[in-house]
Amino acid sequence: MNPLSHIINSTDLPVMKPFNYTVSAALQARDIVKFSLNKRTALVLILVLTAWLGIDAAYAQVQGDPNQTILQTLIKWTPLMFFGPPNEFGGFVLNITVSFIAMAMGTFMGLWVGIGQVSPNKIIRRASWLTTQLFRNSPWLVLLFYFMFLLPYTVEIGGIRYDIPGWIKATFALSLPIMANLSEIVRGAINSIPTGQWESAQSLGFTRRQILWQIILPQCIKRMIPPWMNWYCILTMATPLISILGVNDGMTLTQHALAAEARSEFLIPMYLWLMTWFFIYSYPIALYTQRFERRFTITT
Amino acid sequence: MNTSTWDSAQPIVSLKDVHKSFGDLEVLKGITFDVMKGEVICIIGPSGSGKSTLIRCINALNDIQSGSIKFQGQEVHDPELDKLELRKKVGMVFQQYNLFPHKTALENVMMAPIKVLKQNQEEAEKMARALIRKVRLVGKEDSYPGELSGGQQQRVAIARSLAMSPHIMLFDEITAALDPETVKEVLVTIKELAAEGMTCILVTHEMGFAKELADHIYFTDNGVIVEHGPPNEFFNKAKDPRTKEFLSQIL
Repeated sequence: MNPLSHIINSTDLPVMKPFNYTVSAALQARDIVKFSLNKRTALVLILVLTAWLGIDAAYAQVQGDPNQTILQTLIKWTPLMFFGPPNEFGGFVLNITVSFIAMAMGTFMGLWVGIGQVSPNKIIRRASWLTTQLFRNSPWLVLLFYFMFLLPYTVEIGGIRYDIPGWIKATFALSLPIMANLSEIVRGAINSIPTGQWESAQSLGFTRRQILWQIILPQCIKRMIPPWMNWYCILTMATPLISILGVNDGMTLTQHALAAEARSEFLIPMYLWLMTWFFIYSYPIALYTQRFERRFTITT
Repeated sequence: MNTSTWDSAQPIVSLKDVHKSFGDLEVLKGITFDVMKGEVICIIGPSGSGKSTLIRCINALNDIQSGSIKFQGQEVHDPELDKLELRKKVGMVFQQYNLFPHKTALENVMMAPIKVLKQNQEEAEKMARALIRKVRLVGKEDSYPGELSGGQQQRVAIARSLAMSPHIMLFDEITAALDPETVKEVLVTIKELAAEGMTCILVTHEMGFAKELADHIYFTDNGVIVEHGPPNEFFNKAKDPRTKEFLSQIL
């Protein structure tokens, strides 16, 4: 007998204890504050910012238009870039909205397709596999174009015509690769649960459906959270793709603002400004993901 | 499940010429034996001799290629059989405990009665607490499996099976993954079960335990029963050279 067998056999499940979500969230928040309050980092940032503002003002003077500093221009365009045109849905807020809805749809569909991939029914299993592979291995941009032109511009329900906004079609298109990738995550998580869990549940008289939903999937959730969050970040970063299809997202509006200003020196700061928003939004999520992954590997 | 043709004077489990293969590999090559109600049966033999496969066939976790397995007169090897009904009556405990790690000890014990037997919460909890007491784990009700030792987990697994009020218990090398000290606490639990008249089929390497507790011992090797008999006869008057060799190595 293997002398280590009692250790190996003691458990092969990485996570046994339930998360204390509130405690973990509090720890996270403290970490982020710690990051932002790191004194040396803050000092360097302030110095760079001050120097940049000085150069910015001086440069505007030289250009002969002191009210057109880069800072002032950024401030001027920020409401448009962030919230979109007045009385219209757009801007960075639209990017986030699209990411939310596409993620929700992708998660919902991905769960079912993933479960389909382990179905005892061969047809369902094959169809789920094909769906997964199809959307997992297609370029997102191609999918976007495809669904932009494939889906109708208007639908008629009960004699009334409704326009389908471009961003909704784009959201649907983006949810498909998320669906496919989550399907793989779900399949992998289900397969990672030791077969002993199935067998012991079977021997207690549980049906296959009960075993899946009440015993296997609850154990999968913890394993799926880090990759799920990771895919959310990737999706959020990919939302500016929809600007190519003429949706008024943050990217499109930044381009509009630049076109209106027609000054090439604004190019770098304006895009940097947009990138900063994405960074500020995504970085905490990335930190959470790392924390979850660490917890996941340590807990035995 | 039709049990009207069966009465307790007949074997509760009856195997006749059971053959089982995994692909080309034949692991059971014609196993025949009967188990009477209240008997304790120990199946021993070298690794890979098909012991675990054998008892996993009794609750239809594994199917068989030919032969017959009857539980309370009902053919287990029948495609029409309601396996869920069978498994409600046949408890099984595994080497790896296989507790549900996302549930506490108490919830592990309560889960099947509530979800499978549709008992109400209070009734199931009352019974689960009694079973936890029976396996001497009072105070561990709210612990998760990961917080319990191997022996404790195994006792929760036994309680979990007993919660279904099975007619028979199958134990698949349940002490093989435990430390020598914790083996005892699990065996004590089984001893009590046997004393209460529970029919038990054990696959085990615990020879001392088999000697003390078994009504009948079966020695399997290479998919067949090589020798069997009551413990005294089996351990002292083994005739087959394979049995003798095995016993000389293990004792």
